[in-house]
Amino acid sequence: MAHTTEEVLAGLAELVTDETGIEADQVTLEKSFTDDLDIDSISMMTIVVNAEEKFDVKIPDDEVKNLTTVGEAVEFITKAQA
Amino acid sequence: MSTIVVTGVGTTNPLGGNVADTWKALLAGESGISTLEHEWVAAHELPVTFAGQAKVPAADVLERQEVKRLDPSAQFALVSAREAWADAGAPDVAPERILVDYATGIGGLWTLLDGWDTLREKGPRRVLPMTIPMLMPNAAAAAVSMGLGAKGGARTVVSACASGTESIANAYEHLQLGLADIVVAGGTEAVIHPLPIAAFAAMQALSKRNDDPAKASRPYDTNRDGFVLGEGAATLILETKEHALARGAKIYAELAGGGITSDSYHITAPDPEGVGASRAVHAALKQAGAQPDDVTHINAHATSTPVGDVAEYAALHSVFGDRVKDIPVSATKASTGHLLGGTGALEALFAVLAVHERIAPPTINLDDQDEAIPLDVVTSPRKLGADPQLAISNSFGFGGHNAVVAFRSLD
Repeated sequence: MAHTTEEVLAGLAELVTDETGIEADQVTLEKSFTDDLDIDSISMMTIVVNAEEKFDVKIPDDEVKNLTTVGEAVEFITKAQA
Repeated sequence: MSTIVVTGVGTTNPLGGNVADTWKALLAGESGISTLEHEWVAAHELPVTFAGQAKVPAADVLERQEVKRLDPSAQFALVSAREAWADAGAPDVAPERILVDYATGIGGLWTLLDGWDTLREKGPRRVLPMTIPMLMPNAAAAAVSMGLGAKGGARTVVSACASGTESIANAYEHLQLGLADIVVAGGTEAVIHPLPIAAFAAMQALSKRNDDPAKASRPYDTNRDGFVLGEGAATLILETKEHALARGAKIYAELAGGGITSDSYHITAPDPEGVGASRAVHAALKQAGAQPDDVTHINAHATSTPVGDVAEYAALHSVFGDRVKDIPVSATKASTGHLLGGTGALEALFAVLAVHERIAPPTINLDDQDEAIPLDVVTSPRKLGADPQLAISNSFGFGGHNAVVAFRSLD
């Protein structure tokens, strides 16, 4: 079942909030996970694994380092589930 | 040699989420033991269906992120350490001069076993990245160190049910050696999980009084049938008397000394003559510069097992002779259950409060005292009088670990 970009963003924001306590409305497309949201590598991996389960996609470890912004992650997940 | 004093106390345990509530419940003769309502009890057909669960869940007190990143054992440690630190007046001390010595018997058992379940059910990709730092036995010491900003070293004693007492005994030595200005010492445990329950039950160590949990932990009673698993943590803030007075701290009691010995007898059974245990009492008294005749109160290990309670009596009788029947003894596991690596710290806390408040807490559920253990067991709160008080707290652990700490009143 594919999700729209909006749904992926909302779902990802939920995972970020759950892992880090950052308010969901702070998780916007242009934000960098590390520079803006201050998410460390361990939290990032937890979010990635939870996103894989939530959206039923595979996010290879090699790909994670390319997903620096929320927008890039949303785009990857949206395409991956297509 | 310096005089070492206790200037802060904290705890979370089956009787209460802080020191005041705990002490009040203990003096009121309450039991912290209750039936476990988890689905896993029936799912695994556990032979024991009750335990001493923390009165206040750590998740109710900590930040959500702390709960997510700490095993319950480290959560309890952090809760009680924060209370103790605040109670000590949040001392303004260089971080490099604050040393943490925090014990556990087992470590992050929930994290370990949850991770194993996840691996088997969902595969390696789903195993939490934080699994190792959450399950390691030093996680509690690390959490306390980070939580309080302590940079003078964070050490972890692991000596089964003697762990918490041993950390406090170590604190005495750290301070005498001048390694720190403040030592945060304590112990924690959180293993109310089906595996330890099954394992302890398999070795016939647990009470099976499923129909009456509040009466299950009954040290010295003829109908005792094993210990009751508890969970939680307790913390003491320790420093030299000189340092405490200089910063205007309130002082609960003197940590007069500690003693640690090993039985080298059997991995689980206590030496029936209690030789190792009695040597630990002597060692603590020697460090305290005291004689057996000076002891006015004992918080016994007294887990409510048929064999253990008798062995401890043998040890006490060998140290104190027939005078042992004149020393008020409290066996507080009757109310709290057995917190394993946390138990020594909690009972040390009770001994501190006993000499500070000059009141020995009650031992509940003693309906028919075992004739083989003719101790003066305190069954309702008893005044200890205005004379100088010297209390000892005993802890013994699988592996033949014996640890004793002594606290003296200061007036």
